[in-house]
Order: sequence, then C-alpha cells, then structure tokens
Amino acid sequence: MTKDNSFSAVMARKSEIIRAAVGVDYKQFESGSIAFDYEKMMASTGYTLVDVAEIQRGFAIGNTPLIELKNITTLVRKLSKSGLGARIFVKDEAANPSGSFKVRRAATSIHHAKRMGYPGALSATSGNYGAAVASCCAKSGLKCIVVQECYDSRGVGQPEIIEKARKCEALGAEVVQLSVGPELFYTVLRMLEDTGYFNASLYTAFGIAGIETLGYEVAQQCRMQTGKDPDVVVCTNAGGGNLTGSARGLHKANCFPTIVAASVNLKGLHMASDTQFNKKSFTTGHTGFGMPFSTWPDRSDVPRSAARPLRYMDRYMTVNQGEVFYTTELLARLEGIERGPAGNTSLAAAISLAQELPEDAIVVVQETEYTGAGKHGSAQLSFARQNGIKVSLGNPKDEIAGESIVLPAHPSLLHAVDVDLDHMRRSLITHAASTVDHAPTENDIAFLAEETKSNEAFVREALDQQ
Amino acid sequence: MAKQGDWVRIHSIILTPEQRSAAVPEDTKSVPLEQWTKGYLIADTMLGGEATVTTRTGRVVSGTLVDETPHYSHSFGDFVPELQQAGDEAFAFLFGGSTT
Repeated sequence: MTKDNSFSAVMARKSEIIRAAVGVDYKQFESGSIAFDYEKMMASTGYTLVDVAEIQRGFAIGNTPLIELKNITTLVRKLSKSGLGARIFVKDEAANPSGSFKVRRAATSIHHAKRMGYPGALSATSGNYGAAVASCCAKSGLKCIVVQECYDSRGVGQPEIIEKARKCEALGAEVVQLSVGPELFYTVLRMLEDTGYFNASLYTAFGIAGIETLGYEVAQQCRMQTGKDPDVVVCTNAGGGNLTGSARGLHKANCFPTIVAASVNLKGLHMASDTQFNKKSFTTGHTGFGMPFSTWPDRSDVPRSAARPLRYMDRYMTVNQGEVFYTTELLARLEGIERGPAGNTSLAAAISLAQELPEDAIVVVQETEYTGAGKHGSAQLSFARQNGIKVSLGNPKDEIAGESIVLPAHPSLLHAVDVDLDHMRRSLITHAASTVDHAPTENDIAFLAEETKSNEAFVREALDQQ
Repeated sequence: MAKQGDWVRIHSIILTPEQRSAAVPEDTKSVPLEQWTKGYLIADTMLGGEATVTTRTGRVVSGTLVDETPHYSHSFGDFVPELQQAGDEAFAFLFGGSTT
C-alpha cells in the first residue's frame, strides 16, 4: 500500500515517526495534565555527566579555553562609574571540532544513535548544529542529512546559512535546502520515515545533557583561574538549550551564578515570512526564536523539549544587530580574536551589564563560534545593504529591525535592554493552562512554579489574572 | 548536457501554495515550498530537464536540473567602512592615539 504523503497525513503520523526516530516514548513522563516529569526525562538518557564528558572526549570536544578579555574589561571600566566594571571572560567554544558549542549537543545523540544501530542521523537546522551533527557522524561512520531553511522565493539565500551548508558538506553530510516556511518539519518527517535515520533533534534530553559539560567546565575553570565562582554567566538564547544545559551543568558543579539570557532584538520581523526572511542579519540567537521558545518550549520537533530556559533564567536582555556586529569588531580589534557574529550576542550584553557590577565581579560569556566567508560582519552587513537595509554608525537605540542596522558610534552607546521576565513567565503559565480543558491541578501549579523559576503564589496570581 | 555520474543540483516543489500549512503568513502562503538537493546524475540530462539523482546518503531524488557541478561562491562581502571605522575608534579610545 502506498503511503499518503500529503501535508495533513504526514503531520497526523508525527508522533509515531518521532517515536521511531528518537527511540523515546514520551508518554512515560506525562501526568495526563499540564505537568510532566522533567527530571525523569533528563535522566532517561542513561548517561551521567561523567559519561557525557567521556563521550565528548572521544570526539575531541570540550575543555575549550576560558579567556579573560582584559582589554575589553579595561574598555568597560573606562565607561563605568568609579569602582564598577566587572572582569569579563569568554569560553572559546569555537575551538571545538565543528567550530561551536553545538557539537556538545550533537555528541551524545550521535553516540546513542550509533549504539542503537541507526544507519544515520538527520538534523533540521540552518545553524551551527548541522556542522556539529555532521562532524560527529563523520567520526562515528554514520550517514548524515542536514535540512536547512535557506532561501526566499527569489532563490536568495542568507550568506551565513550558505556557509553552514558548505561546512556540513565539507564534513560529509547531504544538505537539503528549502525555501522559507515551518513546513520544513513536514519534509523532515517524510525523510525520517523514508531513511529510518535517528532524529538528532536539538531538543531531546541527549542534546541538553551534552551542554551540561559546558556549564560544568565554566565553573571549574573559573575557580581554577580566579579562585572564585562566576557572579554572572551570560548565554545567547534562541531555542533555549544553550542556557538550559549550561545552567544545569553549573548547578551540577554546585555553582549558582546569576544566569542571563541574551538575544538579538528582531522585534517586528515575522520568522515565517518569505519577504522578511532576508531583512534580518542574524539567523539565530535572536528574539524570533528566543521569545517563543522560552514562553512555550514544547513548540519544538519533539513532544517535550528538554530545553526549558525559564526554569533557569534570572534575567533576559536584548541587544540590537548593530551592537553585535560592533562587539565582534571589538573582539577582533582589542583582543585579537576573530569570531563569528551570532556567538557574540552574549558578549555584547556582557559589555553592557559589566558596567553595573563591581570591579571584582566576574562575568562569563559562555561561547564563541567560528567565522568564515558568509559568516562574518562584512558579509552579513553587505548582504543587509543589498536587501535595502540602511547600515550606519550612530545610536543603536535608533535601529529598526528590517529597516536599519546602527553600530554604536562610541562604545558608551552600547546598551543592552532588559526584557520583562515576569511577563514572559505569565505568558508561559497562561499558555500552559490553555492546553487543558480543566483547571490546573495542585501538581500542575507546583510544576509551573518550577517551569518559571517563580513560586506557587506567582502562578496562582497569573492564573487568576488570565 | 550533464552526463550520467555528474555531480548536479536539482530543484523541486514540495508543496504548492494550495497545499501549504494554514499557519504560514500570507506572503509565504502565496509561494510554493521549494527544495534544492545535490547528487550524482542517474542518466544524461539537459539543464532545465527532469533529472533523477543519487544523493550522498544514497537516496534517489527527482527534480529539475538547475546546476551542473555546483560550487560555493559566498564571500566576505564588500568593504564595510563602518566596521573598520568602529574598530579604529575603539582602538584609539582604549590605547590612545589618533584614528588617522
């Protein structure tokens, strides 16, 4: 019998396809209401932090340097009031085999896929994760398919995504490129069904467990190099996995800094819009992913996402595109370290927030990413100009996403903006309540307090106000 | 004419506008969902003709032949004076000296 491969028919088979392609039955974690057992899901990988670190060592992943950015710290102090200006450190994750922290996320998945006898792995991503999966598959002798959203309807591709396609191919992957649209998931489901490959989703417990080593290393290296714990750790936030995994790893090292999320502000641009696709100059690390995935993590390609950033987030800051390109330039010109722009989102926020903290405080930026043709300030700003975006030096406050990119005319103009985190917490709570046809149970309320790093009184108040 | 065994790029329509998800914005819904794949050509085909390829993972995929021996040409873009100026001024602000 021929399978019905229409959009609706394939989407209706979603659960069984994902179950076969991840090898996890998510029903075992469910309570039947809003709550589910998150920690049981995280433990279900069967790999401890020590196991994950061992797997990663086998792929030559991790133990990346933690670098003190002394010149940027001096710059920050020149801009700060007397006695303020925290020390800034960056974890140079670009030193990983695939050029970003994402390979930590891929390693456990691909190790597991190999162990379970899958013939290959598939990943749906336009980002660094594709190269990460391709790298681990190459080392494991597995076949690899990466599916990217890459082009608008004119056939014009984002240079950053095209570079990632090149890197995936260089590491042996088959790259399938699509035009704009969330139906990418439909294509992925069809390919998973046809190939029997493992779904190397960004959002399984395998992926998030892989990032825990990053947080753990930050704690260890910071203690070793400075004799104390970091006061603040800043994580670029998109799908939420980076922040979730890093925070969990820090906690496993008994280290509890303030966890700050940072995203590029793309307010006003619709992520699924064909005409707006090439009006943005960042393809990840932006609010278009960061906001919706924080306030509703279960929109991902698995039934329950292991990336649940509001559980760990203490503060959420946004920076404009021009500020991130500027920060990338600062890192190159003042520290002699040339890295990719998107990974410097958290560094831009760190430069701003370090000015509020005392000189003996420590701020850790927990990633960098590789740079190259297409994935570079000059490539991305040239592309922006070609797409009608006005690029200038001035006050980044004047930047309008999709119309202009304003690099600070002076370092004192770089200023990260706080997002109302309680508003996001309430958004998650009310959305969760809308997914069931009964009043949230006591168990649900306790769960939602954990989900939002708040308390039961806050959850009840949010539910009363809806 | 691309020959059997050549490395080529093919294009196909995955969903026509009518078949697309109801959830996508209007501008996206008015155009098809398109796909580009690369592989080794199974039989000689003219550019623009219907082709079938074997991909690197061994999948057999059909579509319109759009590129023979595809290669990458993305670059570092044009000179962006604002970036250089910003870097020079930050350097002078920190270490002293003039920017010119």
